[in-house]
Amino acid sequence: MSGGHSSYTPSTGIEKWIDARLPLPRLVYDSFVAYPVPRNLNYAYAFGGILAIMLVSQILTGVVLAMHYAADTGLAFNSVEKIMRDVNSGWLLRYLHSNGASMFFLAVYVHIFRGLYYGSYKAPRELLWILGVIILLLMMATAFMGYVLPWGQMSFWGATVITGFFTAFPIIGDPIQQLLLGGFAVDNPTLNRFFSLHYLLPFMIAGVVVLHVWALHVAGQTNPTGIEVKSKTDTVAFTPYATVKDAFGLVLFLILFAYFVFYLPNFMGHPDNYIQADSLKTPAHIVPEWYFLPFYAMLRAITFNIGPINSKLGGVLTMFGSIAILFVVPWLDTSKVRSAVYRPWYKLFFWLFIANAIMLGWLGSRPAEGLYTLFSQFGTAYYFGFFIVIMPLLGLIETPRRLPNSITEAVLAKTSGGQPAGVAAAPETRA
Amino acid sequence: MSAHDTTEPTRRDFLYIATGMAGVVGAGAFAWPFIDQMRPDASTLAVSSIEVDVSAVQPGMSLTVKWRGKPVFIRNRTPQEIADSKNTQLSQLKDPIARNANLPSDAQATDADRAAAKDKENWLVMIGVCTHLGCIPLGQQGDFGGWFCPCHGSVYDTAGRIRSGPAPENLPVPPLTFTSDTVIKIG
Repeated sequence: MSGGHSSYTPSTGIEKWIDARLPLPRLVYDSFVAYPVPRNLNYAYAFGGILAIMLVSQILTGVVLAMHYAADTGLAFNSVEKIMRDVNSGWLLRYLHSNGASMFFLAVYVHIFRGLYYGSYKAPRELLWILGVIILLLMMATAFMGYVLPWGQMSFWGATVITGFFTAFPIIGDPIQQLLLGGFAVDNPTLNRFFSLHYLLPFMIAGVVVLHVWALHVAGQTNPTGIEVKSKTDTVAFTPYATVKDAFGLVLFLILFAYFVFYLPNFMGHPDNYIQADSLKTPAHIVPEWYFLPFYAMLRAITFNIGPINSKLGGVLTMFGSIAILFVVPWLDTSKVRSAVYRPWYKLFFWLFIANAIMLGWLGSRPAEGLYTLFSQFGTAYYFGFFIVIMPLLGLIETPRRLPNSITEAVLAKTSGGQPAGVAAAPETRA
Repeated sequence: MSAHDTTEPTRRDFLYIATGMAGVVGAGAFAWPFIDQMRPDASTLAVSSIEVDVSAVQPGMSLTVKWRGKPVFIRNRTPQEIADSKNTQLSQLKDPIARNANLPSDAQATDADRAAAKDKENWLVMIGVCTHLGCIPLGQQGDFGGWFCPCHGSVYDTAGRIRSGPAPENLPVPPLTFTSDTVIKIG
């Protein structure tokens, strides 16, 4: 995968025997041991590995939970309570799974923001980025359907609202919604198919992750300078350097995860979901899980008709568009410089984008009225403006700072510039 | 695939195309049952109509019944509510269509065409599902004394017509008949 020559040398007879028949150990060695990574990766680059672990964790806990769960409108809610009260260690597995979803999204957002900051999507990594957006979409579908399974009030009404998006499309909208629901309202057929798909999609995610990692290993990782690897001194071996750094980042992340699981297990949930679904009573405030809030805010920001598009269709198109636009980000960015480190104006607009995304998230949790709607409209305008106006324009008019000649030069300039000498003594000299 | 220099199509070209077409049709036929099974099944589709006795519903009172998995609001409107509705001009409405399954699809959203029957203008029967994203609006709330959807703030008036907020259409009136003075058949 790494493109270069394999440095794997089977030493024992068994290794040689396997290598001649199925060189899997060679693939693993070349991909995760000898694989060269830029020497200047920071902790923002640990989130890819963290996400892989989170996917495995979600699949493991999910498979076990499915052994105790009953996908039937009459049984689902109580079967989840049974998991919480009667099943041995059931509470732990369920809290790991439900909080794990939140942690998964937290990590994926950091991962995406890192990509936006360091220009990881730029050539030749466009497909790598697009595969990532596909994974994000699959994650959203999986998380949405998973949230329906406990059959609480938020499950039911969340499913009603989200499948209701499709009714916004003229003519084909209602038939599509009925096809998704298997009826005229969210009911038993809906719950059954959501359970089936919720079990399937994570394995599809795993499949796309394989492609994502493959694409990564063809182009190689980016790094904070955005300069491509030019010589051997620019890189270190994946193991032990990146492995240990990723592992340390993972441990810190898991501490946060564990804190939520053991001390605030319902902090990111919603109390209404501990009330069984009632198809005749809508909760006072339907709020999606926190990781969907910015998109929810943009959906609700469109309260006006745009020409022939009514406000409902406009909101739905805006929300779908907010994800769809990510697919074309590699072609919207016209800058020749990859990393925001050398782009003072992009850096400013990037951090405004982060602040705006957090503000939209907060607005999504507020009722849709008055000033909240107005701010949501401003936030939506900036979200799209960042991609459609700022990204293409800034690349043309911004004067970037001078780029170092190589990763090694950037690293050495940093360590000699007043930092304690010897702290980052060049590891390649000891290799 | 057929890398011949001649411009004349060969029998092999024909076979390639025919085989390809058969493959496409076969793939479509194979995929169809997998899509078809997702549609509402026979038991869900079974035409269900319900009869509701509304003799106990006094003016100012409402009843919610379930029809095809959805709530149907039946309201015995007060004279004030009817007057409010009648005083509303069509030009003030966001959706000027009646959305009444018992009338032609281009009927105007006048109060008479929203009410359950010609001589029973106090009765208002409609599917209680917000036309925005499907929440259940709350009765006798909002600026127009009608219904208010808590999800995204759509406001309906005393004839169930959308007046403000993101919902695009009036609350739909289901197919209904009065089988007697006090019994409504829905569906």
